[in-house]
Amino acid sequence: MYAEDPAFWRAGAISSTLVMLIVLAFLTVDSIATIRPGGANVPEYTVINKEIRYEFDSESSRYRPVIGADQPLFGRVYSPEQAEKAMRLGKLVIQSRNCMNCHTFFGNGAYYAPDLTKAWLDPAWQQMWMPMTQAATREEAIATFLMYPEKFPTWSRQMPNLKITREEAEALVAYLKWMSAVETNGFPIHFGHIQTNK
Amino acid sequence: MFRSQQLALKYFAAAMTLFGIMIVAGLLASTNYVQDGFLMNKLDFSVTKMLHIDTMIIWLLMGFIGAVYWFVPIELERETVGIRLAEVMFWIFCAAVAVVAAVFIFVQYGPATEMSLWFINQGRKYVEAPRWAAIGITLVVLVFIYNVVGTAIKARRITGIMGVLMVDLIPLFGLYLIAFPSMTNMSEDQYWWWWLVHLWVEATWEILIGCIMALALMQLLGTSRRIVETWLYIEVALVLGTGILGLGHHYFWIGTPSYWLGIGGFFSALEPLPLLGMVVHAVYDAGAHRMKTTNKPAFFWVMAEAFGNFIGGGVFGFMMTLPQINLFTHGTQWTVSHGHFAFWGAYACGVLAVIYLALQKSRAAQQLDGAAWKWSFALLNIGILGMVGALLVSGIAQAFYERAMGGSTLQAFMEGQTNVWFVQGIVMRLVFGFVFAAGYVVLIYDLLTIGKKRTATEALQARVAGGPA
Repeated sequence: MYAEDPAFWRAGAISSTLVMLIVLAFLTVDSIATIRPGGANVPEYTVINKEIRYEFDSESSRYRPVIGADQPLFGRVYSPEQAEKAMRLGKLVIQSRNCMNCHTFFGNGAYYAPDLTKAWLDPAWQQMWMPMTQAATREEAIATFLMYPEKFPTWSRQMPNLKITREEAEALVAYLKWMSAVETNGFPIHFGHIQTNK
Repeated sequence: MFRSQQLALKYFAAAMTLFGIMIVAGLLASTNYVQDGFLMNKLDFSVTKMLHIDTMIIWLLMGFIGAVYWFVPIELERETVGIRLAEVMFWIFCAAVAVVAAVFIFVQYGPATEMSLWFINQGRKYVEAPRWAAIGITLVVLVFIYNVVGTAIKARRITGIMGVLMVDLIPLFGLYLIAFPSMTNMSEDQYWWWWLVHLWVEATWEILIGCIMALALMQLLGTSRRIVETWLYIEVALVLGTGILGLGHHYFWIGTPSYWLGIGGFFSALEPLPLLGMVVHAVYDAGAHRMKTTNKPAFFWVMAEAFGNFIGGGVFGFMMTLPQINLFTHGTQWTVSHGHFAFWGAYACGVLAVIYLALQKSRAAQQLDGAAWKWSFALLNIGILGMVGALLVSGIAQAFYERAMGGSTLQAFMEGQTNVWFVQGIVMRLVFGFVFAAGYVVLIYDLLTIGKKRTATEALQARVAGGPA
């Protein structure tokens, strides 16, 4: 019977693999176009000059980032070149400080520390760190915390001091702000919209 | 014994050493969950966790490479081509791993420059090794490919298994090149990073271990080539037929289009099929040969591989893969539970089976049995099942309290991590981690001693044959 012939199954293995690879290639071309900065799901890096919110969209039945009015970061408006430079530096901070082995980005990484996908929008910056650091803005509070995490602990599990410079901290804050504006199909669900009790 | 097989034994020794380092690093990392501030500013969680994961990748890779160096001369009936170069690359590989581990432990991180990525840490999970070391790994794999393909050409013989193996080495090498670039855009970075991680772990490696298990079954149970090759092709068809687009389950939440929710969910739901096929194959073969074997430990580890791969990879993966569930489970201890079970079942058990097979041949033991392997088998499997169960409890608690109820913020994260069920699970994970470590100690004792002591019959036979008694 042909089903007992290895050659029959070899043909099946080759054809199914090729078909799937071709489909993956087409989907990849489309996906890369969607996720490049300025694509349908990923904003330009200059989105860091805008207000970003995360709101429930009843039409798609999921939470989505909403880009609002102008909102300069660290009191300045970044040109496209400056924004790109800041993003590059911010990403290098993330890789060189090994952030991904405690935190997650888009839920990927390690699970010892909070997910940073929408960290820019976390109410804790206003509620906890702005008073603690006596910073006037959210970005100042985040930058100060990133440089001196040991001075502003919020619970017994602490972030170590990774000798992040002021320039690196600002770039990292910009990166987190940009990342919060990425359309992530509703992940994490109702981030920042539930008042928890402790 | 061929030189290629002696090299295989060296690879197995290196793999088992790294297996031990992986366990120590895992115990240190998991202690952080139980005791906050453990080794803070000395060996932070990020360092021990990275060591845990990277040594796992490297020891499994070394196990696969060793297994292929073991089987190639048997399959092609000649010495591996370029064996001297392969021996040199082994020592370079070991030296590179030692230097990278030392840099991870003592330097840990650097400033935000390309130089840090070249010489300290690339900061991308699974492929943290700095670029210079990644180049070294690339060279090792290239020499490995040259050895395998060169031997097949010289032998003028390509069996079905060797054909699959050689084609599989192309993505094994090609996908690893994704370890090098550092992309600014996190969405694009993770898009390609998953090609490397998923298409290695859930496709290329699955085929590789499928080839290795096919060769092992022929040696272990005397299964006919026609049967193992037919099953291997079915596995390739199903693994790649479902796994290539199963990649989509990593594209739910990274900025990629929403059609991946349907595609990824559908194909990853089918991913357990080939793993179920492997269980059927293993059980069928074991039954057909009435479970008669001269190498019981290898036989049991093969069975553990078949069931562990299906349950750990297939069932536990399916449990959390549909996007409606994954929205809550993604990036929680639930994922960790699946990860531990899958890597153990799919790969670690298979490598251990091949090591026992190789030891039987290299020590010329007619029978491989005893008490120690049973203890290590039991302790390691109870240890892993305990850890998997405990992490699942923690993961479910985290999914409910942090994600569903809390909304995933820092406050919700803290509440999830301090939830009593989460804490109980995470403590029990550490307890079972020590059980697992005890199993490792017995395993090493067994690997060092099993088959060395000959029975009276074997000694007599050896004397009759003129060999050492």
